This record gives sequence, structure tokens and C-alpha cells, in this order.
Amino acid sequence: MNAPDPMSKYRVVGTRPVRPDGIDKVTGKAIYGPDFVAAGMIHGAILRSPHAHARIRSIDTSRAEALPGVKAVVTSADFPGQSAKIIAAGETSSSLRDIAATCLAHGKVLYVGHAAAAVAATTKAIAEAAAKLIVVDYEVLPHVIEVEDALAEGAPILHEHMITKGLDPAPDSPSNAANCLVMTRGDADAAMAGAAVIVSGHYRTVPVHQGYIEPHACVASWNADGQGQLWVSSQGHFDIRNQTASVLHIPSSDLRTYPLEIGGGFGGKTGIYLEPVAMLLSKKAGRPVRLAMSREDVFCGSGPAPGIVVDLTIGADADGTLKAIKAEFWYQVGAFCGSAVNSGMATLLGTYRIANAHLCGWDVVSNFPGTKAYRAPGAPQMAFALESCLDDLARKLDMDPLDLRLRNAVRPGDPGPHHVPHGAIGFVECLEAAKAHPHWTAPLGANQARGVAGAFWMNYGGPSTVSVALSGDGSVQVTTGSPDIGGSRASMAIMAAEVLQVPYERVRVAIADTASIGYSMVTGGSRVTFATGKAVVEAARKVEETLVTRAASLFGVAATDVEWRNGAAHCLTGESAGEHLTIGAIAAKAGQFSGPVSAEVSVNPLDYLPGFAVHICDTEVDPETGNVSIIRYTTVQDVGTAIHPDYVEGQMQGGAVQGIGWALNEAYVFDGNGRMENPGFLDYRMPVASDLPMIDTVMIEVPNPAHPYGVKGVGEAPIVPPLAAVANAVSRATGLPMRTLPLSPDRIWATIQAAK
Amino acid sequence: MTTLTYHAPRTREEAVALLAADPTAKVLSGGTDLIVQMRGGRAAPTAIVDIKNVSAMMSVLGNDGRYSIGAAMPCTGMLRDEGLCKAWPGVVEAANLIGSVQVRNRATMGGNLCNASPAADSIPALIAAGATVLIVGPSGIREVPVEQVPVAPGKTSLTAGEFVVEIRLPVRPARSSDAYLRSIPRTEMDIAVVGAGVSITLDEAGTCTAARVALGAVAPTAILVPEAGAALVGSKLDGAAMDAMAAAVRAACRPIDDKRGTAEYRTAMAGVLAKRTALIAAARAKGEA
Repeated sequence: MNAPDPMSKYRVVGTRPVRPDGIDKVTGKAIYGPDFVAAGMIHGAILRSPHAHARIRSIDTSRAEALPGVKAVVTSADFPGQSAKIIAAGETSSSLRDIAATCLAHGKVLYVGHAAAAVAATTKAIAEAAAKLIVVDYEVLPHVIEVEDALAEGAPILHEHMITKGLDPAPDSPSNAANCLVMTRGDADAAMAGAAVIVSGHYRTVPVHQGYIEPHACVASWNADGQGQLWVSSQGHFDIRNQTASVLHIPSSDLRTYPLEIGGGFGGKTGIYLEPVAMLLSKKAGRPVRLAMSREDVFCGSGPAPGIVVDLTIGADADGTLKAIKAEFWYQVGAFCGSAVNSGMATLLGTYRIANAHLCGWDVVSNFPGTKAYRAPGAPQMAFALESCLDDLARKLDMDPLDLRLRNAVRPGDPGPHHVPHGAIGFVECLEAAKAHPHWTAPLGANQARGVAGAFWMNYGGPSTVSVALSGDGSVQVTTGSPDIGGSRASMAIMAAEVLQVPYERVRVAIADTASIGYSMVTGGSRVTFATGKAVVEAARKVEETLVTRAASLFGVAATDVEWRNGAAHCLTGESAGEHLTIGAIAAKAGQFSGPVSAEVSVNPLDYLPGFAVHICDTEVDPETGNVSIIRYTTVQDVGTAIHPDYVEGQMQGGAVQGIGWALNEAYVFDGNGRMENPGFLDYRMPVASDLPMIDTVMIEVPNPAHPYGVKGVGEAPIVPPLAAVANAVSRATGLPMRTLPLSPDRIWATIQAAK
Repeated sequence: MTTLTYHAPRTREEAVALLAADPTAKVLSGGTDLIVQMRGGRAAPTAIVDIKNVSAMMSVLGNDGRYSIGAAMPCTGMLRDEGLCKAWPGVVEAANLIGSVQVRNRATMGGNLCNASPAADSIPALIAAGATVLIVGPSGIREVPVEQVPVAPGKTSLTAGEFVVEIRLPVRPARSSDAYLRSIPRTEMDIAVVGAGVSITLDEAGTCTAARVALGAVAPTAILVPEAGAALVGSKLDGAAMDAMAAAVRAACRPIDDKRGTAEYRTAMAGVLAKRTALIAAARAKGEA
């Protein structure tokens, strides 16, 4: 399994070596967010709102401050004033005011679980007891959860300053609609009028959580001189630093931020919750402070993925050629405005050739935690609507659902969602591979049916900084600023080893703190293997160039007469012809040259390519109980070049599993007071291992010509199709439309009963 | 700040004295409910009385066809007693649906019973089995039917200083068996939306001579439905008898709408599960499964 493929043009790329961080992680030695301890550290606790919507009249902290062991109490009054300035916040952007209010409520609490005040004490137990002694005087306000309620006449308004953006003329009164975006292509009405077949549906999904195993945690230390340190588990410690420094009004460089191992993020660990609060507690206490969430805090106080309501209509010719698409949709984004609308538009326009479109999308705020990125943010919900509607079209036309998709799939050169033509994409190859897969024609039993769905995800590139340095013995140190979530240490080591033609084990990869290397954007947007990888390759090539130049000097020949091969410089001419100098031999002679061999490279590549996927899902529905079993599941994906195929397949399987959970049972369940009723893994029902078959993976490698090894992002596309793939299978098994998620047994049973 | 004292008595009398001395004291056997409740702030005892060291608490004893299961016997431990598994497959399978294998290596039927969740898996199976419990307390020993232990969600009929020491299963007539099924959205690590336990005895001709049907998660406590059992007696479990049994089951349901399922769904599922469970129990009684 670890032997190189003899047909491969690569030596190391495409092999499956053991990940360098694996042993520490499986033996419990790796230091995750809640594990880190600083000398003199004390413990914080946060008091969270019991109300979904309330004005804070006053906060009395005196009893908490009087409790022995309490060292600091913080409320939003301790935050500096915030402007509405928009700053980068992980994969998206937010206003400073919203970022600060997410960390500690300012004036109003906007959801049950909203942080209202915080304490730090010598033990966690004292801190928790002290938090309960803080008295918040609330004026409870009416609340809203569903988008229809939030947009209703006379609905309680979350943000008095929120005027819907994108409307002309601009409204003169505030509303819970943060933003409206309209996108048109061609003439959708005329094309729809000329369509031979029209299908439409009203689709709905509810908020779901990423469900990472590790709760948010950080340790903060504010020094007497005004500088500070942060130790965080996150998807990007540079962005965590920048957001924290921005709301605290301190220079970013004064806040040295150290990455800890991350136990899952999926987009949810790109923003800040605890960090500035821990910093303020540390400032008051004069001690390092740890803040860590419980699982309930994670569900009620961090950012789930938005729900959606979609009205979708598709028109097609009798041969299945798509003519027009019309959609109006509302993302249910929680307490603070989000930015999933763009992604929803891209999902509708990026996957299939559609010349005529009229799309209108809304961001709607309501009283649950502000949503955050979750793996292809905004796309799975919309793909559920699109791919379900396409399945209805296939049935109406009595057409094979893969043939329908093949007829309309975007091909290289077709306009992308933002009119830029698609590059070297492999969607057609994925659909053809799905059709040829034995799964597609395997027989089905009673109450079983097969669903299929396609996916487009844009992916990203963005800024990364990397250094590659040689030790005197020729071993290679790669340093990045990209936290390793999905095996990127291994992928970076593979790419450096490929360039320098040294064994994988000779390359070690470290993730440096913010003071030790230049900026890298978050690990998200499926960007790291592509963008950070590109920087690794460039830096390794610079190192190779230096090695060749130095070897040429040692051989007494021109650099062009030296060939780099098998981790050594080979002299091609002159007295030393046929001789070679290994990487170690050259590195050891650094003293004879201008210093140690190293190179640092910063990149900002935007020549990334999107990802495409096709999933096939077989379900069996128990008609008496509504229970759904996933009996077979196959994922096909255009992955570019798989640098480490195990981790690519892992992304495909993980995305499929998270999407299956989203389709079947995961949901935020709110009671009449806006309180989440299931803030734990017992009743927030993610799939367990016994719920799933082995997820089969088919990698379609259509390389990205803009990356030295052809890398495309692979982490997000696989969560886009499962919602529809599962729903389409259940719909075919029952003969009934399944347009509201999750497809929990009681919902399916009720749908079957209603149709009787 | 409160303090917590941990006690590990070796005798029933010591345990009773410790429990009687502190009204907040909690009994610990496997701890799979208690520790979670303490961590979640739902229980704050000042004393914990660990009963695992009390004699016979972690054993299964078979005697003349009867079984006595120690209250601190882990669920997975019961799987090792072949005779118990053969005589009471429904009870053993119900206890071995709780949580995960790791949880069941600690969790006990005694704890499951005294936690008094309406959705507890082992309780309907024990009620269907006609099981009793032995309770010791300051005023001595008493034996009561399982269905008399839980009185409301999280509440039992045990009085101050009392704890369950033993679960007793009666002698099995020939051609008798039992089964338990539950409805959950997932395949494990979940809480019953509905649970159904059925114990059945057939004569040589395959006619049902005795049947007990019990349900979980459809009322404030697990319930015995005598009308459902009566509907099966005298029949060969034909369609009409099964329909009558399911109708009696649905009529006995008093469920609530909650995050785990609607009342309507629960009632319907109780009927579906009771039928499926009865068929499994009957097949076992005939030696077919």
C-alpha cells in the first residue's frame, strides 16, 4: 500500500505513508485546545443567557466578585467600543460589532446560550459557582426562530440598526432581513414559458451543527506591558489573532498566538468566541486564563450551519435540456447576518448549463446562535433543493437521473457561476464513472431504492506562507501557518519530498505560531493542500536551486551542468563528472557559503479550480416505522491529483457521512421559548458507526494545471450531494416527495400516513 | 462550595445506614446515569454510596429455574450466563441495548430501574417477565413487582435508606420465552422512542396460554398492559389476535410530544413494535429462534 505506483510519474505524490502526527494523536499525547496549561493559569467560566431575546437592563457582579478565589469578572462594558467596520473573519467577513457581540452580549442577548458575563477564579468549580452569582436583570422580549416568523409584519427585530441591504429603494425601517441579492441570466420568464416540462418544489432544511469532537478552548495571557499570548485550537490562529486583536483594539503583532492541535472544525473554528473574553479576564486577573466550552456550550453558543427555505422552479426541453431556473430562497442565519447567499447562487448556477436564471436570495436573522461556515457553507442546503428538483424532472421525463445530469453537466469552457469560464473540471468524468460503477446497476430488494445527486463547490486558494529549511544533516524542516485538520502535515511532507527527491520521513512539518512565520489564511475552503502546498513546492524548489548552485560551486562547474536527482546533485561535466553530492553533504558545507539553506515563500493563488462530485445512495425504508437504513453508498469525485489518497478518500467518506446525518436525523430542536432541546450528542443525532455501510470512494483525477502537482480542493464537495442523494432514494422508495429535512422516522411515517 | 463523600460499604446494613444518614446520598452501581447527571448539574449529592462491594451485588444466581441478578451486575455480564440467556433472552437483550458496549460494561439493570426513566430499555422487559425486586432498607427487606418501583419520571417508590439489592426472575414454564424491541432513529447509542417487551407461554398446539405485554416511553413510567396480554391468550397469534393486542397497546398509550418523537408516532409505533416483539417471543417459545 505504501509502495509507489510504478505507472505514476511521481515518486512520493500518490503514496499513502503514515501521518507524522498520528501516533501522538491516537495515544492521547497530542495537546488539543482543552489540554494546554500555562504556568499560573486560572480558570474562567461564562454565564450564558437563559432567554432567546432580552434586553439587559443591568448586570450585578458584586456577589461573584466577593466569592473567595474569584480573580476577575468581565462584561461587555469591559470591551472597547466597536464600530460596524467589516473585517475578514475566517472564510467570511463580519462587522467588528457583531464579532464582539458574539463573544459577550452588548445591550441585548439574542439567543439562549448567548454569553452575558464571565469570571475567572482559581478553580473551575469556583468560577462556575461565581458565574451563577452574577445577577443579570433581563427585560424578556418576544423571539423568532423560523424565517417566516422573522419576516412577518410586526416581528420582533433583533438589530435595531439592520436595514436590508440590496433593496432599491433602501427601506426606511429595520428588519430581520439582512441582505437581499438578485442574480439574473438571460430571460428566465420567457425561457420558462417555452419549456416543455416544468418542475417545482418548496424545500426546507433546519440548522445543524458541525459536531466537531473537541469543544472550543483557549488559554489567554495579557502581560503587564500590554502584549499578550493566546494558545488556541482553531482552523487558523492568524485569523483568530487578527479578530481578537481587532475587537481589543491592540496591534496584531502584540498578540502572539500559538496553534494547538485541533479536534475537528469543519468551518466552525474560523471565528472567535472565547478569546477576547479570556484576554480581558487575564488582563484583570494578571494571570493566564483558560476558557473552555462544554458540549452544551458548543451547541448553544457556537455557530451552526444555517437552515434554508427554497422555492425552486426548473424548466426543461422534452429531451431533458435545462432551459430556465427560478428560485427565491431564505437562509436562516441565526443572530448575526451571514453570507451564504452567494454560495447558494453558485450552487444553482455552477453545476449545470442553464442559460436563463432569475435568483433571489435573502439572509434572515433570528434568535439562535449566529451561524458559521460548515463544509461548503451554504451549498448542501441548496443542492438538496436543486438535486431533488432534478430528480423530479428525471421522473417526469422518465429519464435516467444520471443521463439527465450528463446532458446538462458543465464542461470545461462553460461559464461558471460568476461568468468566468470553468477550467479543467471533471464533472462529466464523475457522472460517467458513476454510471459505469457496479453500484448503479446492482439489484434492489423490497422497500429499497437508489438516489443520486451531483455537486459543485467553488473551493478557494488564498494567502499562505511557508518556509523550507535544511538542517546540517540534510533533513528537511517545512514550516507552515496552516493548522493540520485533515492530514496536511503528511501532504506537505509528500510535496517537499517530491521536489527534493528525498524520502518522506526526511521531511518534518511544523505549524508555527504567529510570531514565527508570515500570515496564512484559515485551513478552510479546501485551500491548504492547494495554496499552502503551492508555497511548499515553490520554497522547496528554491532550496533545490540553492543546493544545485552550491554543488556547482563545489564541483567547479556551471549550475546548468549539475542535475538534481535522487536527493543529490550530480555533476555532468568537468573533472567531477559522474560524482555527486547528497543533500546532507551540501547542507553540511553551509559555512562555506552565505549561510544555512532555507527559503520562505508567500503566495496568494487564485487559480484554484472547483470540485465536483456524484454520490449514489441506496436506502431501505421500513414502511411501518419510517426508519431509513443506508444500505450502500458510493462517492465519486473529481479530486485533481490525490497527494495522499488515504486522506482524500477520508474527506470523501467524512463528507458523505456528515451529509447523511444532515439528511436523516440531525436538527436543532427548539422549544417554545427558543431553547435548544437537544444540546448533546444523545439527542442531536449524528450517525453512529453502526448506522452506516462502508462508504465506497472513486477518485477521478483531473489535474489542475495551475498547481505543480495538479491539486484541487477536496474537503467540501463531498458534503454537497448526500442530502439530496438520500432524499431522492427515500422518495423513490416511498413514491412520495421528501422536501423537508431531516428525514427522521416520525416525519417519514407521517408523510406515508398522510398519503394513505 | 459543596463537598462530596464517597462510601464503599461491604454489607447491606452499612449501605442502608449510610443512605439513611444523608437524604441527598445517591446509590452508585455502574454510574452511567449518576455521573452524567452530576456533571450536567442535575444531581448534586453530598454522599455517594457505591454498592458494588456489597456481597452478591455483582452476580447472577440460578436456583431451581429461578434467577437472582445482583443490582450491580453489569449488563454485559449477564451475557456470560448461558442459562439466563436461554430462559430470558428478552430481558438480556433489553439490557444489552442500553448505550454502547463500553457503557454496558458498567451499566446495570438495577440502575436502569432506579433511574426510573420512562424510556428505560430493561424495565418493560422486566415487567413483561413478571420480575420482582428485593429492596432492603431501615425497616428490613421487601419484595415488590418491578412495575411498582418507578412512579414518575426520575422517581421511585423507594423510601429513605432503601436500595435495590436484587432482581428476581420467576420459574419458566415449558414453551415460554420473551423478547424486547425498541424504536430509535439510529441503530445504537440512543434512547427508546418506544419500547415493547413481551413474554409468552404456548401450549403444545401452539396456543397462547399466558402473555404479558409491557411498554416503555409511552407514559410517565413503563407500563404493563394486561388487556394486550389477554388479547393473545387463547389464540394462535393469528392476525385478528395480534390486531386486538396492538389495539389494546395503542389504547394504553399516554405519550407526550417531545424531541424524540410525536405522541401520534409513539402510539402508532407501540402497536407495530408490540406485534413484532410478540412474534419473536412466540418463535423463541416454539424453539424456532
